[in-house]
Parts: sequence; structure tokens; C-alpha cells
Amino acid sequence: MIFHHLDQPARRGGRIALLLLKNSIRMLSLLFAVSLISFALVSASPIDPVQQYLMGIGPVSAEQRAEIEAYWGMDKPPAARYIHWLNALLHGDFGISLLYRRPVLAIIAERFLNSFALMLCAWLFSGMIGYALGCIMGMYREKWQDQVLRRLCYLLSSVPTFWLGLVLLLLFAVKLGWFPVGFSTPIGILDSEVRIWQRLHHLALPALTLSLLSFSNIALHTRQKMIEVMNSAYILFARARGERGWTLFVRHGLRNTILPALTLQFASFAELFGGAVLAENVFSYAGLGSALSAAGLGADVPLLLGITLFSTLFVCVGNMAANLLYGVIDPKLRDGVKQGGD
Amino acid sequence: MRQIKQRHWQNQRRWMRQKHLNRRTRALVLTAVLLVLLLAVYGAGILIPQEAVATDFIHARQSPSWQHPFGTDNLGRDILMRTLKGMSVSVTVGIAASCVSAVIGILIGTAAAAGSRLLDGVINWLIDLMMGIPHTVFIILISFALGRGLRGLLAGIAATHWTSLARLIRGEVLQLRSQQYIAVSRRMGKSHTWIMVHHMLPHLAPQFVVGLILMFPHAILHEASISFLGYGLSPEQPAVGIILAESMTYLSSGMWWMAVFPGMALVLTVWLIDRLGENLRWVIDPYSAQE
Repeated sequence: MIFHHLDQPARRGGRIALLLLKNSIRMLSLLFAVSLISFALVSASPIDPVQQYLMGIGPVSAEQRAEIEAYWGMDKPPAARYIHWLNALLHGDFGISLLYRRPVLAIIAERFLNSFALMLCAWLFSGMIGYALGCIMGMYREKWQDQVLRRLCYLLSSVPTFWLGLVLLLLFAVKLGWFPVGFSTPIGILDSEVRIWQRLHHLALPALTLSLLSFSNIALHTRQKMIEVMNSAYILFARARGERGWTLFVRHGLRNTILPALTLQFASFAELFGGAVLAENVFSYAGLGSALSAAGLGADVPLLLGITLFSTLFVCVGNMAANLLYGVIDPKLRDGVKQGGD
Repeated sequence: MRQIKQRHWQNQRRWMRQKHLNRRTRALVLTAVLLVLLLAVYGAGILIPQEAVATDFIHARQSPSWQHPFGTDNLGRDILMRTLKGMSVSVTVGIAASCVSAVIGILIGTAAAAGSRLLDGVINWLIDLMMGIPHTVFIILISFALGRGLRGLLAGIAATHWTSLARLIRGEVLQLRSQQYIAVSRRMGKSHTWIMVHHMLPHLAPQFVVGLILMFPHAILHEASISFLGYGLSPEQPAVGIILAESMTYLSSGMWWMAVFPGMALVLTVWLIDRLGENLRWVIDPYSAQE
């Protein structure tokens, strides 16, 4: 029964394809709903984008204003505007940002690279540290290691991202001067001339902030799983055979806890993005998050909508990865629940 | 006899050596401490007169001293007083929003479990939708839709935080429905309402209370974050997020106290509420605490 799933590769491939298809359809429906909801919210806003736009160029006559409104389609009802916008969206046109006067898609692409570097660092770092700490806590349950680390995790989950960023900024950038105070690249240097280590230098503090705040969740989760594993019959048997410490961990603990941890880590893209918004704002890091808050404050509707959609896509891809991991890699779910003999 | 006496003394000493309190006592002590703290913070927000946070340029930019334990800001306002006032705003907003959110959560969760399969599917899709948009982004959108300010903040937090509680309640109701004593009750001719009140509610109430209290820290942190980004309250209202946002400007001029102390107060409050929730869970809902 253990090798039961190796017998039918065709069925397995079919299952993966089915799962992928199901998840993709769900994702598309979610994206569509998000586009509708966010458009409705933005249309309902009392903040007038035309007014905001005109504040940037100075006084204009009523005719000019009407012309701008007509050009933007503001004179049409919201439903017509939505269909127009969605149609443009499907053709790859996200509109033009009012703040930056450039196509939204280009801004998102450029900013996302910065954000992606930040989030990837934080994701990997927090995942590894969190998993390691979770394992330590689970293996040394109720010993002093567990007590200290658990308290630390509880405390860290009560710390707001932006405040930790501020404190790190104070300590390492202002007081010690090890890291620059802000921005994703040195000021006054062309983008093409920025060296990779300069980028990393600017990336370090925001990434540290973001990863320090996201590891407590995964650590506590892994601790729970590890305790479950350690209480199981096979661990009792392994201990009876004389396995201890590292061997016990690698042979049994690691294998049974890594998958839930990985799934959780993929499912946490939403918090990661939310944290990145704050961290980027504290460090004036030129990523999607700082663009988002600028767009909201400056009533830059096309950019706001574009980033909302993009962040949803990002989170949904993460959730889909988590679902697939659960369904594809986990042997217990892979062949349905019918497995019994092992 | 001597042995018994010795054993007795050993037990006694072991009991004395146990330094920490048991969970029930700890939860009660924490509840008391927290209630006092919340009342103090809340009362401070109302009682502290506007003069205490008035601008005073002579005493501007002072580092912490006995007179101003948290120091003063660039306009000479006492940061301790501002933080207390701000905490009361943050805590009130957080608690109000999570209460609304918890009610939404329990309604939707019960509807999903008790309604038709179609409704369940729709609600699950809705939960997926809420989890698909990062909360920060969605709160910013709602806040934008309602023209920034307190209303948007409340609506945004209330609209985003119900998902986990709804899922929990849904699972719980589904599990309860398959219990034998519910089936027996139904066969004995009890009405739906009777079963709801006598069988479901006693199970759901502790979960609901714990879920609600554990929602507070998240809501308060979100409130602070969104205010920090500039979407929440107006700058005249001293929410903690706003004080911290102001402190950003003066970081490089060495006014560290403006950033450090208000944040610490926030962390302390959030941490206390979080601990209270977890300890309370052990007392009133031991089953779920051990999962």
C-alpha cells in the first residue's frame, strides 16, 4: 500500500491537472470579483480624482474641466466606465497613473521587482528561522528553550511592523550608521549604475523588519505540529530503538513537519504583502507598497486599482501554491483518502 | 507515621517551590490587570484635558525627564499624555470594529453551516475572496471609498477581520450537527430554536468570546498601521499611529523618544490583550486550547 501511488502515474497527472484547473477557475472568479468590488468602492468615493488631478496643474476653466471629465469618461455612469475599464484591462491597458504620468503597468512592473526582492528575502529568512525555532520549541517542549522562544514569539506577534522598522532605523541607521536611512537605491545615481551590493545594503533593514515579524506565526505553528509528531506512536517506537536528538529529528520530525510549514508559508502571502506596504513606507523603499499608499493619498485611481488587482493576483498565486502543495505532494491527500494499509 | 509526615512536608515544599500560578489564577489576574489598564487608558483619553497636550514651544524637543516621562515633541506637547489619549482612540476603534466583525463572523459562519450547500459554497468563496486581498490593501480601498477618517477605518477593519471566526464557527456548527445528542433531541420533537439555544449556544459562546478577544490585538495593530500610513484619523486626533508617523520626520534629528515610547505602550497593550485571550481560552474553552 505504501507504493500504491506509484502505480498509477496517469491518474496522478490527471488529478494534478484537475486541481490546477479548479484552482485557476477559482482564481479568475476571485480576480473578477475584486475588480468589480474595488471599482465600486473607488467610484463611491467622495474624493474626486478630477479635482485631485486639477490641483496638480492649477486653475482651469469650467469648459476645460468638463473636457477632462469627458476625456476620462467621468460623465458616463459607473457601470459603463467599469465595462470600459475592464475591456481595456483585458487588452493589457491599465490606464495611466495620475501621480507618475506613466502607464500603470510599467510602474507596477518596475516597483514589483523591488518589492519582490524585499518579500523574497523576508519570506525565505522568516521561513527558515521560523521553522528552525518551531522545531527547537517542539523538540524541547516545556524546557527552558521552549519557554523563552515561545514568549519571544508571542511578544513579536504583538509588535506592529512599522514600529519595529522605526526602531531598527533608529538603531542601525541613525545611531550606528551602518545602513542608509531610506530608498531602495542611493540617491543621485542612475538606476543602471547601481551596484548589486548597494541594492542589498538598502534592502537589508526593510527585509530584516519584515522577516522578524512574520516568523512567529510559522514558528508557533511548527511547534504545534512537532509536538503532535513527538507524541505519536512511531516516535515512541523510534525512541525505543534508541534514536535520539538529531537523528530522531531528521528521520521523523523533519519529514512530518516540513510540508505543513511550507504550506503555511505559501498561504501567508497576504500578510507578507501587508507587511511590505508598511515596511516600504517606513524605509521610503520604492516598491509597490509605497506606491499603493501614495496612490491612495493622491487619489490616483488607476494606480490604486492596478495595485489592488496585482496584489490579489500575488496572494492568490500563493494560496494556489499552498493548495497544490497540499494536494500534490502530501501522499495522504494525493491518492484521496482511500489509503489504509500503511 | 514519620514517613507520612515527611511525605507531607515534601509535598508542601514542592507546592511552595512552584513559583508560577496555575492557568486559571493567571487568567483571572491577567483579566483584572487588563481591565484596570483598559479602563485607565480609556479614562485617560476622556479625563486628560486638552491643555495637557497643548503646544508649549518653550519645552519643545525635551528628552525624557521626571516632568515629562516620555519627553516632549517638536511642538512641546507631552508625549506621555498624547500617547495615553492616542491609545484610548486606538483601543476604542479596535474593539468597536472587532465587535462588529465578530458579529458578522458568527452570522456568516452559522449561515454557511446551517444553510444549503449552495449558500455554503458562496460563503466559502466569499471567505476566499476576503483572504485573497491583502487586508492592508482592502482597508486602504474602503477608507478611500468613505473619504478617509474614522468611518472608513472602522468599516475597513470590520469588513476584513471576520473570516477566521466565520470559518471556526462554521466548522464547529457542522461538527455539532452530526452529534448524536442533537439527532436525539430532534427526534424527541425539540424545535430548531430549542436545539440552537440549549445545545449549540453553550458550545459556541466560549469560542465566540475567545475569538472576539483574540481579534482585538489584530484590529488594534491594523488601526495603528493604517493611521500610520495616513488613511485613518486626522492628524489633530492623537492616535498612536499618527504620533509614530510624526516621529518619522524627527528620527534623524535624534528625537528617539518620540518613536520608542508610544510604540512600546502600544506593544504592551496589544501583548496583554493577546495573552489574556489565550489564557482565557484555557479557562473557558479547554478543548480548543489543546488542539
